[in-house]
Amino acid sequence: MKKKSENLIRTHNCSVIKIKEIPIVDYETFFNLNCNLIQSPERHLSHYFAIEEGKALRIFSIISDDKSREIFVSSTEIDKKKEIPSLTNKFPSFHPFERDIYERFNLKYSDHPWLKPLRYPFYSQEKSMDNYPFFSFDSEELHEVGVGPIHAGVIEPGHFRFICHGEKVLHLEIQLGYQHRGVEELFVKKEKLLERVILSESIAGDTTIGHSTAFANLYERLCGFNTTEDLHFSRALALELERIAIHTGDLSALSGDVAYQLGQAVFGRLRTPIINFTQSWGGNRLGRGLIRPGKINFPFTEELKQSLTDILIEYERDFVEMAETFFLRPSVQARFEKTGTITKDDVFKMGFVGMVAKSCGINRDVRFTHPHGLYKAIKLQPTILQSGDVHARAYLRYQEVLRSIEFIREILQTIPSKISKKDLSDAPLESQSLAISLTEGWRGEICHVALTDKNGKIAAYRIKDPSIHNWFALALAVRNNEISDFPLCNKSFNLSYCGHDL
Amino acid sequence: MIKTLSVLFHNGRQFIPDVINASLKPPFRGRPIITNVKIDEKKAVELCPVGAISRNPFSIDLGKCVFCGECSIEFPEKIIFTQDYKLATNIRERLIIKEGEDIPITIDKSQIRPDIKKICKKSLKLREISAAGDNSAEWEMNASNNVQFDISRYGIEFVASPRHADGILITGPISQNMAKAVEICYDATPEPQIIILAGTDAISGGIFNGSRAICRDFIKNNHVDLYIPGNPPHPLTIINGLLNLID
Ligand code: SF4
Repeated sequence: MKKKSENLIRTHNCSVIKIKEIPIVDYETFFNLNCNLIQSPERHLSHYFAIEEGKALRIFSIISDDKSREIFVSSTEIDKKKEIPSLTNKFPSFHPFERDIYERFNLKYSDHPWLKPLRYPFYSQEKSMDNYPFFSFDSEELHEVGVGPIHAGVIEPGHFRFICHGEKVLHLEIQLGYQHRGVEELFVKKEKLLERVILSESIAGDTTIGHSTAFANLYERLCGFNTTEDLHFSRALALELERIAIHTGDLSALSGDVAYQLGQAVFGRLRTPIINFTQSWGGNRLGRGLIRPGKINFPFTEELKQSLTDILIEYERDFVEMAETFFLRPSVQARFEKTGTITKDDVFKMGFVGMVAKSCGINRDVRFTHPHGLYKAIKLQPTILQSGDVHARAYLRYQEVLRSIEFIREILQTIPSKISKKDLSDAPLESQSLAISLTEGWRGEICHVALTDKNGKIAAYRIKDPSIHNWFALALAVRNNEISDFPLCNKSFNLSYCGHDL
Repeated sequence: MIKTLSVLFHNGRQFIPDVINASLKPPFRGRPIITNVKIDEKKAVELCPVGAISRNPFSIDLGKCVFCGECSIEFPEKIIFTQDYKLATNIRERLIIKEGEDIPITIDKSQIRPDIKKICKKSLKLREISAAGDNSAEWEMNASNNVQFDISRYGIEFVASPRHADGILITGPISQNMAKAVEICYDATPEPQIIILAGTDAISGGIFNGSRAICRDFIKNNHVDLYIPGNPPHPLTIINGLLNLID
């Protein structure tokens, strides 16, 4: 699979490559190479980061081709003190990643249009969050509205600054970083496997399965362990259960935002049997404890299969009835349709992933485009909608839940009998390597990357939650909408603060 | 209209009538029991990802434990997780489960501040602050108020403004970047300014303990009125804990 051609390496999802095989080209070549790669509509940026190598910085770019299923890895080395042109200036999808490099290493980009702090990490020069350079506009007609970091509801913190003309939002800027916990550094510092597993479960609690699966898949590759059928099975099942649960909860919250109480109550209560099932499987409603590299502590049994089959029958009946009623209500349609619209063009330009892309007619879903494990064998129907508005993102959830149920029913037919119990805690890791793993969490593409040193120790760990791409989608979506529609737009994306801030 | 009625009919009544005596089934991990069986204690201490296990006497600190269950898988005869979800207490030491003990975790009523007793009779309004919480405890906080758990039927509510609150409930390990907001929010809360920590991350920092991005000063400098352990705490743990505080 790994062909060395041009100035890059071609690889695929869940793979390990030797770092020395990745060509190092000069920045200009790297710049042009990445411009060429990212131009085609079937490709998107999966990750882009730098690591320190003495006085130099080595930048890695990981671009995924959703058609050929290839992943292109390229790299360059630059002097930290040098000022360099930014890719963001040509392709804005690079913006959070270049901001991250700027914040981490103080690397100056000569023409980055939005070179602002990203997450105020403890290692940045910027110590106070009070001086964020918000875009502002001097006008007597416009006013600014600031919200957060603490919001009215029980949600995570972040600051939103609106520029409005009357009720109309002209611009929204989102300042994040309040949730920064130093996760990536802890992945390096905490050397016990179990510590890292717990960390992966805590990157974003609502995506416990998504992130712990990305980590487990990656770690197994680094150990040279071939993921067994039962592990693939439990990961795919847990991922789809997580998707069903969160999508259902989101439909409840969306109902609440348009004051449709019945929907709020019914969708809210429908999430419970799903997460309670997850608890009956692994002891925790979010699936903590379920995903472990090399092993499973809670094997899936015939009894669990029976119980899940019954739960899904009842769930589906009530869910479909509620959803059909919900989406036909004129008051719901009036609030959802043409609100918070994102265009296909925005998706290509900004590199949005997951639900945002799928609601704009673009099939950007790792389960189909870079399948791993059970997703390779079992054909799942992608759900693609066109209108890009709140309605599309809500309806997408409804449809995805149904697809997930179908998928679960299919995989339940053959429960793997073997139970993996491989203890990988002392297994040596491939040295001087770079491992990549992509997983489709319910929000979209999760990407974990690990780099090991010559002793096989993890030297750098980089995590990408889909939110890092998609927060900008929220900022774009509310433009020219009423400020009173902001909560609705926000919920229709339901992005992660801690996944972004790490 | 007919559709709405049909939905109502199919969903029926959902609330859990008795949240005090509801039961949970294994493998849910609630309060552990540590037997007197001899094991390689050092190995158990080594195994725990968050340093929750100590020796002399052999014990588990539920303020640190992330309930991963690995210790009881490795030493099934020594550490047994029961389904007792009533884990909340106002005394930090009560979260330390010692070898050979099987005592329910309770609130020491005599240690509840008189102000709380006086002001919060059958009503409690809290401002929740997610301070680098990973949206798991926040999630369960919201679930506590869904139609099944329905915490508001007991007069307990999460309010939008600290000015309307009797106190704050913190989730998450408290990042440096949230430290100031936590102080400001706390200062804006009127008496009795209750402080509740929900979830392992809030109580001890959890897996983030020792991270350079975390700031625990607020916890060190203030009196905590209630600890609600869990990773995240189950809604039943939350509801029973809060009810016992104002009961
Ligand atoms: S269950 Fe608690 S005490 Fe046991 S290993 Fe996990 S964190 Fe440590």
